[in-house]
Amino acid sequence: MKAKIIITPKKAVLDPQGKAVQNALEHMGYRGIKSVHVGKFLEIEFDGDDAEAARKSLSEACRKFLSNPVIEDFKLEME
Amino acid sequence: MNFAILQFPASNCDQDSVHAVRALGHSARLLWHKETSLGDANAVIIPGGFSYGDYLRTGAIARFSPVMHAVQGFAANGGLVLGICNGFQILCEAGLLPGALIRNRDLQFHCEHVFLKTDNFETAFSAKIPRDKILKIPIAHGEGCYYADKETLERLGDRRQVLWQYCDARGNLTETANPNGSLLNIAGICNERGNIAGLMPHPERASESILGSDDGKWIFQSIIAALP
Repeated sequence: MKAKIIITPKKAVLDPQGKAVQNALEHMGYRGIKSVHVGKFLEIEFDGDDAEAARKSLSEACRKFLSNPVIEDFKLEME
Repeated sequence: MNFAILQFPASNCDQDSVHAVRALGHSARLLWHKETSLGDANAVIIPGGFSYGDYLRTGAIARFSPVMHAVQGFAANGGLVLGICNGFQILCEAGLLPGALIRNRDLQFHCEHVFLKTDNFETAFSAKIPRDKILKIPIAHGEGCYYADKETLERLGDRRQVLWQYCDARGNLTETANPNGSLLNIAGICNERGNIAGLMPHPERASESILGSDDGKWIFQSIIAALP
């Protein structure tokens, strides 16, 4: 089974990387960009076929370790 | 007094911390992150560096090292723990201190001396700092911007948990004196109980005047004085 996890900075947290990327895009001539946020993408492959149990387990891993809930949000997709 | 200085893969300020403590006449030893006991340590220092290469997030992996279980227990019993730079990041990741350290606002790695104003002289980490002394201590970090939500920041203020703030040479809290964008110019904090502290600047690199400042020694002297 595979899981895809997207981790993004919380909206309330300053994202200077996102801002820097936005500035660069605008300098390159791309118009109309309202905001950019830079996050992380994880792909996890694992054994088993109980998708519900896996989702529960991975959600816990996301909250405890893979993301920092003080500054990040996460989205978990099971395949 | 016996200081245990933790050592994770890619810690790089561990030796400096050992040296600073020994230069002050006390005993210090390195403790590898896989150890499960602190032995007879009276105080713990979590040193700076790039533990685990800062992979995933700074301090995110180190916080799960076996030695951190012993540190949690030691702290729960009131033991004194000081996290310096990466050590501060590890303490926040471990939930032993509130908030988090994120990328410097200007995205630059800052390696320079800063000035610190002490906000609370009644802690085990600051009691020996001369009143009105502005500390000159170096920083060296790319992710030292302190962040916490509004409620946490208010609580830190109410409970006097902010220990040090970045200031100019005269003690003014200005934006230019803030090297990394930390909210409220926060450079270091402690927990509610006052036995765990973290700061981004490196007092172990400012404990002998030959290094350009020996103001860092006041922080170690405070810990030493607080130990039974």
